[in-house]
Amino acid sequence: MNEQPRTSRMLALLNWFGPFIGLFAVVGLFALSSELRPVLFTGANLKLVLLQTVIVAVGALGMTMIIVSGGIDLSVGSSVALTSVLGAVLLANGWPAPIVILLIILLGGVIGAVNGSIIASLRMMPFIVTLGMMGVARGLAKWLAGNVTVNAPESLVGGLMRRISPNTLFPLPAGVWIAFGLAVLMAIVMRQTIFGRYIFAIGSNEATARLCGIRVQRYKVLIYALAGLLFGVAGLMQLSRLNVGDPTVAIGLELDIIAAVVIGGASLNGGTGSILGSMIGALIMAVLRNGSNQMGWPNYMQEIIIGSVIVLAVGLDRLRQTSDRT
Amino acid sequence: MTGVQKRFGATQALRNVFLEVAPGEVHALIGENGAGKSTLMKILSGAYKPDAGSIELDGAPFVPANPHHARQCGIAMIYQELTLAPHLSVAENILLGCEPSRRGWLNRKRRREMARVALATLGHENISCDKPVHRLSIAEQQIVEIARVLIGQPKVLIMDEPTSSLAQTDAERLFAIIERLSKRGVSVVYISHFLEECKRVCARYTVLRDGETVGNGDMQTAEITDIIRLMVGREVDEIYTRVPHEIGDPVLELRHVAGRTKPRDVDLVLRKGEVLGIAGLIGAGRTETLRALFGLDPICNGTVLLFSWDRTHGTPSDRLQQGVGLLSENRKEEGLMLDRSVADNLTSTRYAPFSRLGFVNGFRQRRCVSDWIRRLDIRTRRATQRVAELSGGNQQKVALGRLLHHDAAVLLLDEPTRGIDVGSKAQIYKLIGELAAEGKAIVFVSSYLPELLGICDRIAVMCRGQITAIRPAPEWTEDGIIAAAIGQGATSPS
Repeated sequence: MNEQPRTSRMLALLNWFGPFIGLFAVVGLFALSSELRPVLFTGANLKLVLLQTVIVAVGALGMTMIIVSGGIDLSVGSSVALTSVLGAVLLANGWPAPIVILLIILLGGVIGAVNGSIIASLRMMPFIVTLGMMGVARGLAKWLAGNVTVNAPESLVGGLMRRISPNTLFPLPAGVWIAFGLAVLMAIVMRQTIFGRYIFAIGSNEATARLCGIRVQRYKVLIYALAGLLFGVAGLMQLSRLNVGDPTVAIGLELDIIAAVVIGGASLNGGTGSILGSMIGALIMAVLRNGSNQMGWPNYMQEIIIGSVIVLAVGLDRLRQTSDRT
Repeated sequence: MTGVQKRFGATQALRNVFLEVAPGEVHALIGENGAGKSTLMKILSGAYKPDAGSIELDGAPFVPANPHHARQCGIAMIYQELTLAPHLSVAENILLGCEPSRRGWLNRKRRREMARVALATLGHENISCDKPVHRLSIAEQQIVEIARVLIGQPKVLIMDEPTSSLAQTDAERLFAIIERLSKRGVSVVYISHFLEECKRVCARYTVLRDGETVGNGDMQTAEITDIIRLMVGREVDEIYTRVPHEIGDPVLELRHVAGRTKPRDVDLVLRKGEVLGIAGLIGAGRTETLRALFGLDPICNGTVLLFSWDRTHGTPSDRLQQGVGLLSENRKEEGLMLDRSVADNLTSTRYAPFSRLGFVNGFRQRRCVSDWIRRLDIRTRRATQRVAELSGGNQQKVALGRLLHHDAAVLLLDEPTRGIDVGSKAQIYKLIGELAAEGKAIVFVSSYLPELLGICDRIAVMCRGQITAIRPAPEWTEDGIIAAAIGQGATSPS
């Protein structure tokens, strides 16, 4: 009788550490290569990894919220493209940077609110609604950019993701700090607020949530809109990174983000997932990319590896859950 | 079937069952909800294995290994809920799983022909074989379902509550079909609550009660009152605690309340400090009434007064604010978030006592929940344990605890003791009494008559979406409730 609590607590601990173990495993595997070891842990490379993580990580913050609530958003990549193009166009027209930043984020929020409203009011599948939005937003981005890449002038925006001293870890670019701050904020929202509890409740059992008087449809709109704001921030980072508004950028980004969230332990059925896990998931993806680049592996190898890792991570998760139950 | 027994964990679902059906006989299997009819039929159709006893089919021992095997041996089952694929055509449905084919290529012409023949044997060749099933009426769908079963040339056909979703004329058509089948030598086991129906179509009957065969005989000569007595005649061995409580002013009034299909026309008054029981058979509209009351289903007609205010329409969240709480009959699918903690499940309607500006104070939440765990005697290791890991009785206490934590003034309890152990049941009875003494108004829906008689002040009986009788509990007997529940107008008062 005494044995059971201990094992269940062990399992809970393992659950919590799972993503970390994955991260260590990935880093450790790359560190096996003697030519990679000296490069991998330099400040410059770590900084690069963090910088490469930012966009996926910020997107994963919003996606975690959506997936935990039992939904999905496929329009993130297009949303990032549209918001970054809008920013570039506005900057090119001489709008002041702070207002542009605000509008970029707001546009992301609007896209999310539209998604959420359609899902909630028509009781449609999030998959379908956001699949549609994926096309619509991408098309709007191309129209807004006139089907070409829009160069943005130097401004505050471009500074967010710039590496001031490329050879040391610190100072980190502002974008990394922003992502970190947002992650802490979202972790608090998910864990410590009533709103966060409602997100888990809706994802865990929508019927129960309704029974408990949670205005499920209203919260869905809110969840998608808030996540949209975060996707807007991801769009801002995208624009800052290259300082151009490219309507064909971030194709397939939504899948990277979903992968990060799922590797981080969230279930696509909703009800489980954590911000910390998703952040680790995003890091795992970035380390995989970075390591493969450093090894000089061709692009297709990276794709094969990342694809396998996603299935492996979720497969392990499933195994753990079934052993949990018996 | 001789001496069939079946246990599920601690519950002995079937004790000692005898059932004998002659070829071509229509046999009524009668019993209350939970008497073991479904379990028995699931054993016969191979879904469960018996723990003891034997089954013989055509004089040879018969041990169905699985439903497929049972079907091959000629045992077919028609479930209460239809199991057709709604988007496929009639012919496709009838031959689903046994399509006529040659080397994997479908023979459409032959399929339609076989479907047509099957429908013709039922006297319903008028149903088009190419129509998608979801465009047929419920009655027609049922005929398709029977036709599908006939393809397997069954020797025994089990029908579980086949008329529960049918109108009277459709039911007559069904009886005609049953007669045809019986003339062709097919034995029919006909499960129904409606005794007149059984009298209409069945030759013999077997009554089950608490998992035992308590009587059988010739249906045509049997008195319905005798059968009812057989159905309910069990000794009451559970302890019902009666906490003295005072009944006050009306808090909830229903006037001609009707939902989309059920309830049809319900009048009800619930007073402060009263425990009002609602009895009735499955499908009588009890759950639907509660759901409509709680705003989960629309109210299409009539008015609901709460504390004398017109509160006919409202969402569940309005209802909770008005002080009405619902305990779902479906604990696992609706009542609880199984993979969330006890604490989150218990407090999800009211975070106010331990939150500020939308932030939850986890420590104070757990302390508050610990109080409830102690008060309700919930057996859990800690407040953060997942509800899925608790036993049924403790899960139910968590669900009930949510209503208490919310401090609802009107509690709508739908089957609060379903599937839980006797100890927890007794605790819940006691709790309900205490709540009434505190001045809460309680609606108690249950299919288990002794508990209704044991703890309610008044009992209303529903039948086909309406309340057929309402009387103080001491004036009811189990026979009387059953009679009212199956629509025996003669024994129910006006």
